Amino acid sequence: MSKILSYEEKDTWIHQLSGVTKLIFFLLWCVVSMMTYDTRILIFMVLFSLVIFKISKTRWEQVGSVFRVIMVFLIFNVVAIFLFSPDQGTRIYGTRTVLFHIAGPYDMTLEQLFYELNVVIKYFTIIPTVFMFLVTTNPSEFAASMNKVGISYNVGYAISIALRYIPDVQGEFTKIKHAQEARGIEMSGKASLLNRIKSTSSIIFPLIFSSMDRIDTVSNAMELRGFGKHKKRTWYMAKKMKKNDYLIIGLTVIFAVAALVFTFADGSRFYNPFI
Amino acid sequence: MEPVIEFKDFSFKYRAQTQPTLRDINLSIMPGEKVLIVGPSGSGKSTLAHCINGLVPFSYPGDMTGTLRVGGKNPADIGLFGVSRIVGTVLQDTDGQFIGLTVAEDLAFSLENNLVPQEEMFAKVDEVAELVDVKKLLENAPRELSGGQKQRVSMGGVMVDDVEILLFDEPLANLDPATGKRAIALIDEIRKNRKSTIIIIEHRLEDALYRDVDRIIVDTVPDELLVTNVLAGQGIREPLYITALKHAGCNILAADRPQHIETMKLDNYKQPLREWFNKAERKKEKNKSVSALKVEDLYFSYVSGRPVLQHIHFDIKKGEMVSIVGKNGAGKSTLSNLICGFYKPGKGRILLNGEDVASLSIKERGEKIGLVMQSPNQMISKPMIYEEVALGLTVRGVPEEEIKERVYETLKICGLYPFRNWPVSALSFGQKKRVSIASILVMNPEVLILDEPTAGQDYRHYTEIMEFLKDINENLGITVIMITHDMHLMLEYTDRAIVIADGNLIADDTPARILTNEIIADKAYLKKTSLYDLAVSCQIDNPSEFVDRFIAYERQQRELRLREKSTKISGF
Repeated sequence: MSKILSYEEKDTWIHQLSGVTKLIFFLLWCVVSMMTYDTRILIFMVLFSLVIFKISKTRWEQVGSVFRVIMVFLIFNVVAIFLFSPDQGTRIYGTRTVLFHIAGPYDMTLEQLFYELNVVIKYFTIIPTVFMFLVTTNPSEFAASMNKVGISYNVGYAISIALRYIPDVQGEFTKIKHAQEARGIEMSGKASLLNRIKSTSSIIFPLIFSSMDRIDTVSNAMELRGFGKHKKRTWYMAKKMKKNDYLIIGLTVIFAVAALVFTFADGSRFYNPFI
Repeated sequence: MEPVIEFKDFSFKYRAQTQPTLRDINLSIMPGEKVLIVGPSGSGKSTLAHCINGLVPFSYPGDMTGTLRVGGKNPADIGLFGVSRIVGTVLQDTDGQFIGLTVAEDLAFSLENNLVPQEEMFAKVDEVAELVDVKKLLENAPRELSGGQKQRVSMGGVMVDDVEILLFDEPLANLDPATGKRAIALIDEIRKNRKSTIIIIEHRLEDALYRDVDRIIVDTVPDELLVTNVLAGQGIREPLYITALKHAGCNILAADRPQHIETMKLDNYKQPLREWFNKAERKKEKNKSVSALKVEDLYFSYVSGRPVLQHIHFDIKKGEMVSIVGKNGAGKSTLSNLICGFYKPGKGRILLNGEDVASLSIKERGEKIGLVMQSPNQMISKPMIYEEVALGLTVRGVPEEEIKERVYETLKICGLYPFRNWPVSALSFGQKKRVSIASILVMNPEVLILDEPTAGQDYRHYTEIMEFLKDINENLGITVIMITHDMHLMLEYTDRAIVIADGNLIADDTPARILTNEIIADKAYLKKTSLYDLAVSCQIDNPSEFVDRFIAYERQQRELRLREKSTKISGF
């Protein structure tokens, strides 16, 4: 089974950074990307995230399938903006340069194209960083980081335990599916969609029941070993903050502030090349 | 000396039940003792364990009377977390107990919860990993470990706490025989090194006795217990060599130390045993010649060049009852997946009644080859028994009338007819197992494959399920194939065993010959049967024949008993 979006141990300085650092970087990066529509900053961010993506030695197989799904969403998004609001660009930039007429109220304008280009670039500023964050951060260390930035360790541990049991549940799912197929419940493309939806119940129920058994055992095992005893807990996988970590956090904060100041200096979040 | 665990006139009733599960328990366990608690399922031995580790009453509430002291303290005062500092529990389900994403994290789990600083944790984890011999596996994820390794991690995970008492809940249930033997040896070592008090709850008595224990609770010294008939009366399997000696009419004395066959004094028993052997009848050879399921040179791999199975070749005859054995991960499940058509073989053929099944879909094969999974919870998808059993027919579009007739008939065979309108949830585990078998039988399969049919069952339920399968096999003529690592099962109920080790078929022979062959037993992580040791020690020159005759005799006895029972029931 391919390990999509899962952590892989590699020796790069990004892997060695503490999860806290990466989490803070990731959050601030997203905030800036969401706030600004300044094309110059966005382009800088795309280039920068491609560079760190490269440095993190992430392989295409780790992220490829998810990337394709995101692309589909991106296309939907872009088309939908145009369908529902074909003059958004004009409203933002104040001019209207018609390239050609399409039909009814729909004109293709340069302003609209530019606006949607900005939307696309925004996607690309975030995608590589998300991937980089997920595949370079050990899940346990991630849980530890969340705890350090003040989120309850229950939340972090819930994520970590989900990751622990996903392969088990997947295995169980395949087993149950096979057994039910042998009993004659068709799951393949041969059956109609409606029938397939109906027959999923014959997998889901056994899966739920056997998972319930598992949950019971796991929660007993956790309690017997003192989980939830104190308000805090320590982490085996926690990484100490090093010089690099403070450096990156510092640079990220400076970048975020600078980018936002630069964006809002003229009183608008948009960069306007049309005036 | 103060006892480390003390029950005084102790009774406990679960909130949801009307009868107390534990009644008037008086039990003291001294520091450093190693105690084995035996009893069939439903006898309350798990409840007793839960009382010791604090799950009762903190996770399973109920009414308690009498007094209980764990480490000199009242569990109710110190709470579940307090008890967990004194008692370390290793659960039966080592998969479920494995919480961390890697071995190291799992070992550290309890330390993390107790706010131990990281540096100290590293040192402690290393120390414990050394102790349970998982040092090389520290970075590994749970799915990369074998059952035995997972169990060692579980042991380490509770030992990091320096607990006084180690409690093992059926440690052998999910392990193959050889791994189980190692686990028992490791427990013994831990006890010697750490002077901990050890409590083992187990119904596989013969295996648990592989190393000395001080006391078995149905309160007696092991040697004395074995000479009595208490065990059989309680639905627990006594060691086979003891049974054999009893069959030979020997009166076993505690003074001869019957706890281990290797060190038992056999002088007085040799003569009667040999006489019995010479008198005992040979096993009747059944002649079966029509091929039901034939596998020819089967090969399968996920990654080319790394075969999971290769050169698999066997021919199972119609009406046979065969076991497929081998250690966890040897390729047994892959084999059943290939037979049922879930995977396609890389090479080779599978023939059903002489015809190649390669062209049949999973569904079509399912009508001829029925697969019953290990846990009924993995199969049951309908709330009502009738619907569940009818499912396979309903989806095949069989007319309503015929469905009803066939379901009722199957329910009668399976002894479930009185429950036909009940919801599945009202049944016991054993009954659910029957429902899952019934839901396959209803399709009139020619071959039935069962994955670990008796896993987690005590002797009484085990016998019930196996007698039922034997019945189906003999009366309906269905060929039964069982995937198992239970040696009693293969020895007692099957005439033939196919042994798979590391993807290769290494033996296809009678169970008696396989379990008396040291090389094969070693390779397949099986264990030689103690009957073999008994025969050798008593200078019987054909040990496998001895085992065969013992089994034949046992079967005869069992049939007599069953017949007696049924005449008692219908005899008025």
